[in-house]
Amino acid sequence: MPPATPILEADRLAKVFGEFTALDGLSFTVAEGESLGLLGVNGAGKTTAMNLLLGLTTPTSGTVRIFGLDLWKHRIEILRQVNFSSAYTALPSNLLVWQNLTVFARLYRVPRPKQRIDELLELLDISHLRKSVTGTLSAGESTRVNLAKALLNRPRLLLLDEPTASLDPDIADRVRKLLRHLQQETGLSILYTSHNMRDIEEVCDRLVFLHGGKVLAEGTPGEVKTRFNQASLEDFFIGVARGEIDAIGLK
Amino acid sequence: MPFSIHTVSALVLRYVFLYTRHPVRFVELIFWPLVDLLVWGFLTIYLQKTAAAGFPASITFLIGGMILWDVLFRSQQGVAISFLEDVWTRNLLNVFVAPVRSVEYVAATCLVGVLRVGVTLVILTVVASLAYGFHLADLGLALIPFLGNLMLFGWFLGMVSTALIMRWGQAAESLAWAVPFFIQPLAAVFYPVSVLPWWLQPVAKALPCTPVFEGMRAVLSGQAAPWGQLQSALLLNLVWGALAAWFFAANLRHVRKTGLLVKVATQ
Repeated sequence: MPPATPILEADRLAKVFGEFTALDGLSFTVAEGESLGLLGVNGAGKTTAMNLLLGLTTPTSGTVRIFGLDLWKHRIEILRQVNFSSAYTALPSNLLVWQNLTVFARLYRVPRPKQRIDELLELLDISHLRKSVTGTLSAGESTRVNLAKALLNRPRLLLLDEPTASLDPDIADRVRKLLRHLQQETGLSILYTSHNMRDIEEVCDRLVFLHGGKVLAEGTPGEVKTRFNQASLEDFFIGVARGEIDAIGLK
Repeated sequence: MPFSIHTVSALVLRYVFLYTRHPVRFVELIFWPLVDLLVWGFLTIYLQKTAAAGFPASITFLIGGMILWDVLFRSQQGVAISFLEDVWTRNLLNVFVAPVRSVEYVAATCLVGVLRVGVTLVILTVVASLAYGFHLADLGLALIPFLGNLMLFGWFLGMVSTALIMRWGQAAESLAWAVPFFIQPLAAVFYPVSVLPWWLQPVAKALPCTPVFEGMRAVLSGQAAPWGQLQSALLLNLVWGALAAWFFAANLRHVRKTGLLVKVATQ
């Protein structure tokens, strides 16, 4: 089978903040319909990479191409087909859920916004929250409303920054299943960062493990475990965090 | 398409939702301007009644100055506070990763400024007329360039305030209120430029709002509207507008380069 077309191509991305090198020549691709996990210990460069891919931060060097277009030359055109959700951002807490979703539906030029909002609220099992004040929602409800916002424009590429952080295991499991379902149904491509290795194993086809701003390991979760001789991704993560594993393998 | 009205209207809709959902928000637009109006209005009455001082009837310019200053201030607040609303609610990243150009974002905040000015101006005009017999319409046709110039300058100060907050973070958010007051002593709001020390007068004359306040006093004293000065104000506004746009764009580039945009948005 021919390799799927890359929908996102990061090429030798580097980002230096003063003396600190946050990313050092990061290259990877996300194929159409693929779910890629971006992993790493705190400070590995995941958030910096995510911010560069969203155009929130400019790279020191390197390029980002999404849908074959240069991100900085075609930012608006690209962002219309991309969306984002993060545990660290919120929709305005002082508006009702339907008001927030209406504003973003208009920003993303969603046809028949009311119908689309109803569809998503139903899909995410939060129709009853339509008229709730966003700031009064629980963490799990908030996450699902954020996901509804992220799915409004039927994105071709969805960037998720720790979407299950602060969720209880039940809701986290539902979110993972939903993402998998959406990916299979719509061919959505996902770039996913998480500290939860279960998220990565369940949602991602492939992972890129960052360490010190560089790629330490890349492959399917199974390939990475085998290559580094680890029973689980969690063991691998802990080994890297404690300096027991480097690019060569177990020290 | 380099600029989308559709995007701007979507952003403005968010602020309309915000203000209509929380009537208490209107307090900010009405309460403080009314307090100012009452203070300056009663001071004006007191001065008019103090016969020994021989104050002319045109002392009502204090009320006019207060109302016109509020136009500039609310216009600036429309831009700066709208940005802060997005920071306070941690919504800024959602907006910046949406297909929104920075020019559309700024345009939306400027429109919010127009809405804020509209609400405050109507209330102040009515109260000033009923309580103090001060009729803003007495300024005649000159009122249009007066308001236009103040609104424009308010937007530009708002852009500068926003750029400074982006660069220095929430610690600098008080600049959203302070920036207009940096220029107030020089803007001849309540006294003529001639009162200022000679070396400050050129600075005062470089502000696009100064001819408006000078012109208002001239009209209230029965003189003709200084149309020439108002044209100069417009030209000054064009220069200030270009500088503010450059300053905003340069700071946006800087905060994108240094990662400060994300820091401000997730603080």
